[in-house]
Amino acid sequence: MSTIKINIVSSSEEIYSGEGTMVYATGSLGEIGVAPGHTPLLTGLAPGPVRVVNGSEEEAFFCSGGFLEIQPDLVTVLSDTAERAENLDEAEAIKAKEAAEKDLANQDATLDYAKAASQLAEAVARLKTIQKLRKKQ
Amino acid sequence: MANTKEVRKQIASIKGTQKITSAMEMVAASKMKKTQDGMLEGRPYSLKIKEVISHIASASSEYNHPFYEERKPKKACFIVISSDKGLCGGLNINLFKQVISKSAELDAQGIESTFALVGTKASGFFKSVGGKVVAVVEKLGDKPNPDDLIGFTKVVLDMHKNGDIDQAYLCSNSFVNTMTQQPKVEQLIPLSPEEDGGPKSQWDYIYEPEAKSLLDGLLTRYIESLVYQAVVENNACEQAAKMIAMKNATDNAGDLIKELELLYNNVRQAAITQELSEIVGGAAAV
Repeated sequence: MSTIKINIVSSSEEIYSGEGTMVYATGSLGEIGVAPGHTPLLTGLAPGPVRVVNGSEEEAFFCSGGFLEIQPDLVTVLSDTAERAENLDEAEAIKAKEAAEKDLANQDATLDYAKAASQLAEAVARLKTIQKLRKKQ
Repeated sequence: MANTKEVRKQIASIKGTQKITSAMEMVAASKMKKTQDGMLEGRPYSLKIKEVISHIASASSEYNHPFYEERKPKKACFIVISSDKGLCGGLNINLFKQVISKSAELDAQGIESTFALVGTKASGFFKSVGGKVVAVVEKLGDKPNPDDLIGFTKVVLDMHKNGDIDQAYLCSNSFVNTMTQQPKVEQLIPLSPEEDGGPKSQWDYIYEPEAKSLLDGLLTRYIESLVYQAVVENNACEQAAKMIAMKNATDNAGDLIKELELLYNNVRQAAITQELSEIVGGAAAV
């Protein structure tokens, strides 16, 4: 079975480097699946999971945004921050979501609306990643 | 000749200083390890984004980004990265010297210089030298957060976008090894297309959603990552230079103490001899 080389890096560390048969990521225009031999593509990443499938094994990561570059034999994920999905803490994620919602609810003049909205989107995406992983187990 | 009390006081004071410098040396040595790790952690990202950028440069894109555009230069901006604290030998001043000479070189070509500064030392230096400072960021700490640099970098990129500057240079120390740090001034904007990229190939990316906004974001990120990496590397340089400077200071203090002890013994001996000869002289007189 042909494989594709995958690199996931965040600004502070290398998260993953290896081979896979299939990669799923959350692009800014929706989820994309990448198989080996994909045509070159460049897209932004929305907050959400990035999954690397290698045969029967699967690893999941959480990306809060960044860029995805696809070459026929290479996938590069330039993540703003990426975490291995096992490290995600559900309680923490729910707390972040609630805090973001609260911020959005009591909007006063000093609040940066765009920032709060992006925080909320990130928290929701984080939760989704966790829940998706839970379902599989 | 100095008396023994004075010399003793001097020795005690130098010993105190020596204790401080040797403590600082040890602190710098342990911090150096951490900052070097920080430098290495950031490397994979900057390598990968460089790879992606070189792919993009070799693709025949329908959209040419302004960062690649060679304008007739009239104004340049120097991003100067320095340390927040001193006592690190000639690290900062060597860099500033290079920046000033490069700026003078541009001045001769009729290109005006502005400065964007990282670190207390740079802002202090350029305040005293004069020069148009457009952005300053200080006190980033030993483990700088990439977010703290975004606003700073944006000022420079916005100036480029608005045509206020045509070139940008990144000036920082590069870490060769613990003993050697090399100041360097590199051109950041316009980005030079990869020399080894060869002829442009015919393929192009599919852009989702569209080339302009994507490349804008990606190239901005690239510049940010270059600046961030330079800051982290400069941090490692600072600690290494500080360690060496403090080691030299400790050694010098040791030499001074040795000399002073010799002097002290001389003075003491002279006093004893004088006393003895006075007694002998006194006895002979009686």
